[in-house]
Amino acid sequence: MKLQSRRQLASVTGVALVSTLALAGCGSNNNTTASSTASSSASAAGGSSSSACPTGTLNGEGSTAQKNAIQQVIADYQTTCSGATVNYNATGSGAGVKQFTAGQVDFGGSDSSLKSTPTAGTTGTEQTNADKTCGSPAWNLPMVTGPIAVAYNLKGVPKLVLTPSVTAKIFNGAITTWNDPAIAAINKGVTLPATPIKIFFRSDESGTTDNFTKYLKGAAPSDWPAATGKKWTGKGEGKQASSGVSNAVKSTDGGITYTEWSYAKDDKLGIAQIDNGAGPVVLSGPAVSKAVSAARQTGAGNNIVLKLDYATKVPGAYPILLVTYELVCSKAKSPAKVALLKSFLTTFASTGEQTKLQDIGYAPLPASIQAQVNTAIAALS
Amino acid sequence: MSTITGVSTVDELPDPEGHGPFEGDRASTGRLGDRLFGGTARGAGVLVIAMVTLVAVFLLSQAIPALAADKVNFFTSTQWNVDATPLQFGIANLLWVTVLSSVIAMIIAVPLGVGVALFITQYAPRWLSRPAASLVDLLAAVPSIVYGLWGLQVLGTHMAGIQSVLERLFGWFPLFQDAGIDASSTVLTVSVVLSIMVLPIVTALSREVFAQTPTLHKEAALALGATRWEMIRTAVLPFGKPGIISAAMLGLGRALGETIAVMVILSALADGTPWSWSMFNGGETFASKIANNAAEFDSPQKAGAFMAAGLVLFTLTFVVNAIARVVIERRKVFAE
Repeated sequence: MKLQSRRQLASVTGVALVSTLALAGCGSNNNTTASSTASSSASAAGGSSSSACPTGTLNGEGSTAQKNAIQQVIADYQTTCSGATVNYNATGSGAGVKQFTAGQVDFGGSDSSLKSTPTAGTTGTEQTNADKTCGSPAWNLPMVTGPIAVAYNLKGVPKLVLTPSVTAKIFNGAITTWNDPAIAAINKGVTLPATPIKIFFRSDESGTTDNFTKYLKGAAPSDWPAATGKKWTGKGEGKQASSGVSNAVKSTDGGITYTEWSYAKDDKLGIAQIDNGAGPVVLSGPAVSKAVSAARQTGAGNNIVLKLDYATKVPGAYPILLVTYELVCSKAKSPAKVALLKSFLTTFASTGEQTKLQDIGYAPLPASIQAQVNTAIAALS
Repeated sequence: MSTITGVSTVDELPDPEGHGPFEGDRASTGRLGDRLFGGTARGAGVLVIAMVTLVAVFLLSQAIPALAADKVNFFTSTQWNVDATPLQFGIANLLWVTVLSSVIAMIIAVPLGVGVALFITQYAPRWLSRPAASLVDLLAAVPSIVYGLWGLQVLGTHMAGIQSVLERLFGWFPLFQDAGIDASSTVLTVSVVLSIMVLPIVTALSREVFAQTPTLHKEAALALGATRWEMIRTAVLPFGKPGIISAAMLGLGRALGETIAVMVILSALADGTPWSWSMFNGGETFASKIANNAAEFDSPQKAGAFMAAGLVLFTLTFVVNAIARVVIERRKVFAE
């Protein structure tokens, strides 16, 4: 290629420079994509391809709260079972329920169980519509417990205790400064500054908001008269997604929000200890599992719908959490996938995987619920 | 062979390539090429019009049932309860934030863009104008999410100073009142980021138009004793006005519809926050509100409410573009 002028040389050099910069940006991909299609490149890890492992592809969709948990389980599962591919698309609980009820995915992930009350403008309820699509009862299997931390950023206050009533008052604007007598009364010996409280909430509809408002209403009904739901009904500034609220609190002195435990830990925010009436409880995996054990089952048989007791006074139980359910058909529409689904769900519910999830900010299923889930998985056909 | 006047053997015999008389080789100057090209152009035009019409029909069909069920005035209400019956939703907040952020963005971007275009075409030496043009065009290649993150974390930290100065000087005017929102997440910050996003569009189009200015007009102005600025004012700018208006309208379309950057930067407001005209307030635009809630469209009624908001945005952009077209047509008549 004969370069005819200095201008051509300059433009070619420019293109070469830009493409070098662009290609240098294509470093190692740290798989942060929502759709985790981790292929079996982990065969180098020496994972034994167990001959008892079924092969095939599973497609799931739904909750973003369980995204990190399910991605880790999928990665582990595909290491041991190299013939299997599991895809999970974290598009939100609403989309997950919709896709599952439409029969588009093999299993769904949702922060709340299929509703048994009709929504305005649709026929039937989510549960009945799912049953109809499956041709058999659709089951809600609780699989991932996500603790919700009340995260704050207050200079010089590493430890903070909150009761449900004070938390509700803070989040609906009744208490406006950190050195309010109500907060000081439950934090004796801590000097609280006069910084104004800046509340941050989730501007997108989310299961975290749903469960947090349910906790406030359940544990402090007189202080939280507003409705519960995926849309925030308190005060404050709205930020997008958990990363948005956590970043906002991190950069604002006096900021407070409710967010998943992993985000609070990653951004090194202060995490309040919750006193539900039985003493302050530090947020930890076992504390959350204790609260889940106190839940009541309201579904029938293998449809394990848990009604969480947010006002629980079990000592050492951390009451603010969300449970993500895997939505499955009890009689699968495609029999070829049943073996793979059962195998994957069994791995998901196994003690080994559940304990590993603590490292990324989740709490393991308590033994009683785990046993029930295992029974239900075994009954899938 | 006859020797009758007006008749020639060429008209009766085949031509050297073997085609019959009066046929030619059907190349692009022939009838077939004309028909094909004209048909394709017409088809493309019809397709575009059809797509716009179909989008409008889709929005209307989704929105009308929800609008009919709305219990409060759609245009003046600030409520947004679309989950439960009774359905109550209004777009007053959304409309104001959308319009305010776009107008401020255009106020910043259009003079700046025209200035950059003038510099590139009229003032800059040849070796500088092309790289400068490429650099400005590169701004258009930056993804919207990157603008959002940059705006929140880098620009936002510097807005506090500007905000406090403006509040001190003009705080008595409703547009500049303090609203209690952190300076990195206000309508003003979003407007600045939007103006940067709109700048390459305005600059690129203005640049093209200014480069087309007839040299004769420019030389005539200079010959009559005009300075460089007077020449630009009398020869270049009037010629380029329709182009600048087109550029501004395209930029406004981008600013009105910008979603991700607004979602990341702007703080949403809780229900029941008192109304404020201020540019230091938070809020949501049409696009960011729809995008924030798109995953949770549980029922057709809920989706319909958001579609109604989208319909308002669609109509707003349409009306603004129509006004711009009228203005351009009127100016064109005088410029010919």
